[in-house]
Amino acid sequence: MTQSMLIQRFIGEPGGLLKALHALQNSNTNNFLSPQDLELVSGAFGVPLAKVWGVATFYSLYSTIPRGRYIIRVCESAPCHVVGAHNILTALAKNLNICTGETTADGKFTLEVTSCLGICGVAPAIMINDTVHGNLTPESLASVLALYN
Amino acid sequence: MFYRSHVLVCTGSNCNIKGCQGITEALRRELTRLSLEQEVRLVETGCLGLCEHGPALVVYPEGVMYVRLTAADVAEVAEEHLLKGRLVPRLLQPTATVDSGYSLNMSPFFSKQKRIVLKNCGLINPDSIEDYVHADGYIALATTLDTKTPTDVIDVIKKSGLRGRGGAGFPAGRKWEFTRWATGSPKYLICNADEGEPGTFKDRLILEGDPHLILEGMIIAAYAIGATKGIIYIRGEYDLSIRRMEHAIAEARKLGLLGQNILGSELEFDVEVCAGAGAYVCGEETALIESIEGNRGEPRFKPPYPAQQGLWGKPTCVNNVETLANIPAILQHGAEWYQQIGTANSPGTKVFTLTGNIINSGLIEVPMGITLREVIYEIGGGIPEGRSFKMAQTGGTSGGCLAEEHLDIPMDYDSLAGHGSSLGSGALLVMDDSHCIIDLTKCFLKFFVHESCGQCTPCREGTPALYSIIDKLSRGLATESDMRLLKRLSRTMQSSSLCALGQTAPVPVLSALVHFNEEVEAHFKGDCPTCKCHTARGGRQSAN
Repeated sequence: MTQSMLIQRFIGEPGGLLKALHALQNSNTNNFLSPQDLELVSGAFGVPLAKVWGVATFYSLYSTIPRGRYIIRVCESAPCHVVGAHNILTALAKNLNICTGETTADGKFTLEVTSCLGICGVAPAIMINDTVHGNLTPESLASVLALYN
Repeated sequence: MFYRSHVLVCTGSNCNIKGCQGITEALRRELTRLSLEQEVRLVETGCLGLCEHGPALVVYPEGVMYVRLTAADVAEVAEEHLLKGRLVPRLLQPTATVDSGYSLNMSPFFSKQKRIVLKNCGLINPDSIEDYVHADGYIALATTLDTKTPTDVIDVIKKSGLRGRGGAGFPAGRKWEFTRWATGSPKYLICNADEGEPGTFKDRLILEGDPHLILEGMIIAAYAIGATKGIIYIRGEYDLSIRRMEHAIAEARKLGLLGQNILGSELEFDVEVCAGAGAYVCGEETALIESIEGNRGEPRFKPPYPAQQGLWGKPTCVNNVETLANIPAILQHGAEWYQQIGTANSPGTKVFTLTGNIINSGLIEVPMGITLREVIYEIGGGIPEGRSFKMAQTGGTSGGCLAEEHLDIPMDYDSLAGHGSSLGSGALLVMDDSHCIIDLTKCFLKFFVHESCGQCTPCREGTPALYSIIDKLSRGLATESDMRLLKRLSRTMQSSSLCALGQTAPVPVLSALVHFNEEVEAHFKGDCPTCKCHTARGGRQSAN
């Protein structure tokens, strides 16, 4: 399916712009919205490119830079912070040899920080794509990452 | 079919992460192996509340809860308890013992709770509308449509004193009234499930555990305000909530509970789910409306309020998940019944999520006015690892930190506001004596810096400025003039930010200055008593 077919059904739907962006990002192997994607949406919805760009950069689930196949989101809000989220982030960065916001050289993992994931019952928690992993320790991270090999 | 036992396995998000699927599968295998399928019914339910101790299951009618299960444990429970009728002491929930009482209702975690919103959570299968109907579901709706006019309904809710459970505590009945009498059509009802306040996961677990309760509350609300279209705005990360809600909507449509002529009446109302895209500010009602319209989620100037001009410029009522979940019970039992629960100015119950350094972290519902001490020590089981209580933050990151001397104040809207904090969304973050108030305040502010939408100047510029002063303070480098600026800036943000995000961002800062002044002073002098900060005098000793 081409990109323009993908967003066809959202055109004319009230508030369909966000859904179109979701659909385009999900279909992109690099998990991001390319400049071409944004121009496509702008033309199809008949709204200025600046507006589409504004929406795409407003929400944290969208990215305008290419990302890895697996996006690791580390919660660094207070409930995770008090039970050691900082150690998790440090250990992940060391393990993957990247800083926050970067992607591993093989294009596999992108490391991001996020606000509360609403899963504080199992803090400290991270999300890898749609899957949440909780009650983490720096030691248990290796086995979590191994699930994605 | 008659079953002698029901086994309820929690399949809420927290237990899901801890592997409850493996538990359910193992149990199903064991029931087959022991030929118990005709005698024991396995039910996958919503959250049981003891998230810290998951995965968990409860065996009824005895009400025995088994916690921290593995697949191997399940085999033992099946063989011992379900087949032979003997308890498995080592797997009982923390406060239960074989001698002194093993039933769920005897444990302080459950006995101190009052469950209205969570009454079905952990008891019914959320994916089954039949289960919900068996638990008196949709009765309130049916009798309301039969016996009450829309204005009667609004009167009941006004009289009950129900206040909005999203954080602001605005009287729900009045909000409905504004929308009812606003001119314009169609009218919209929005259920705000864009739960983003750090430490809050109640709406997620209510949606996952009892989606029909929300639908019933919404249909009654729609009848009262005259709305024909409903939207449930759920944050994009809440995958399971979205799935369960969509399933519930489809089931309700099939039975004629949504659509035209609901239950044979004139009422027409339908609901759809809208998924968010990750922005804390969208919890603010006008920002949420902008987001549904496909725009950046930036709050609007008020007035006009959504009741006059909301979604697509039409009259719109935005209610929190928990507010709507209270509606069926109030209409079923009456305003007087509801008023007797809780306190005079804050009637009813409140759902809290316990997080941080607390033994029973999880989901609870208690009468308004209960003390922090009861919640932390009796229901929450106290502070783990033999450490002592230092502070608790109520109302999420936009709430204040309370110290030990506040343990006995009643938890309701007005009492907490009087102590520089708030009831907010019901998040309760407990911290032991290893934590540093400045280190935490920095963490809170980092959140606001990230989540400020950037539309209004006081918030966009104010949040990073507050952060940088607290950062200096954490390094022992803050000056007298920094401290003066901190207070002045806080006041400016509170009075001139466009929405509650900027207005409440300074709350944790101000509460730190008032309730933990000694510790703030120590940092000012270059000393961090808990050694969390890289202060001028001492390096960070602890790794976190």
